[in-house]
Amino acid sequence: MTLAGIIFYVLGIIILAATTLAITRRNPMHAIVYLVVSFFGMAPLFYLLGAPLLALLEIIIYAGAIMVLFIFIVMMLRIEATPRSQSRWFRQWFPAVGLSAISGLVMIVLIWQEPSQQAVLPLAMAGPREFGLFVFRRYWFAVEIASLLLLVALVGAFYLGRKGADPEGKS
Amino acid sequence: MMAPFSHILILACLLFLMGAACAVARRNLIMILVGVEVMLNAAALAFVAASLRWQHLDGQAFVIFIFTVAAAEVAVGLALIVHAQRHTGSVMADDYSQLKG
Repeated sequence: MTLAGIIFYVLGIIILAATTLAITRRNPMHAIVYLVVSFFGMAPLFYLLGAPLLALLEIIIYAGAIMVLFIFIVMMLRIEATPRSQSRWFRQWFPAVGLSAISGLVMIVLIWQEPSQQAVLPLAMAGPREFGLFVFRRYWFAVEIASLLLLVALVGAFYLGRKGADPEGKS
Repeated sequence: MMAPFSHILILACLLFLMGAACAVARRNLIMILVGVEVMLNAAALAFVAASLRWQHLDGQAFVIFIFTVAAAEVAVGLALIVHAQRHTGSVMADDYSQLKG
């Protein structure tokens, strides 16, 4: 196994462990910090798969902006850890874990038995310059729509979060 | 030379199912949003791997749009959580049992 292969498996184990810890924590703050670890593991994986710009964006947007937004809200609302309740725990997690285990098994079998997917990936790199040129030549209209979507999200978040909103909802 | 394509797909698949289980099983609204984030990230990983497998840049271009959608979704979702918390004083999905606005 080559160095890149070893790095891939180590990163995969880190990502899976951090995500498992993140989705099972009862305190949202701990969950968010574990999720940041998971995203920091995902960024070198993107680099390894030949997307250096996306690796940087993963750290800047996901680990930097989105997770800080989560932490702001958790601090602002003073959200406490979910109280432990035994019967509810089982009732909540058993169907979710059971159904995802079944669909995961089906997906893994489907991926595994396809011989063309066993091809070992080559190492290649698409530099930020050629990637940017490609996006703005081929998908310029989608970039415009994405900017419009961000504007709509900005206006929507401002409208929902404004201070003067009537608590009775009569505004 | 790196890992086979199927191993990366399996990693993305496991991450996606973890996110789905989190979004379904948790009662805290913040944790539901966290689950959705994990699912979007798993989809991005599958796109980047496919982009390398077929040597096309289209997969990486789509990941940019996935990032955009994730940012917009989190902004609106967290604003909705703040709004709902002001109305009911709780962030647990079980406590939203009234239809009156």
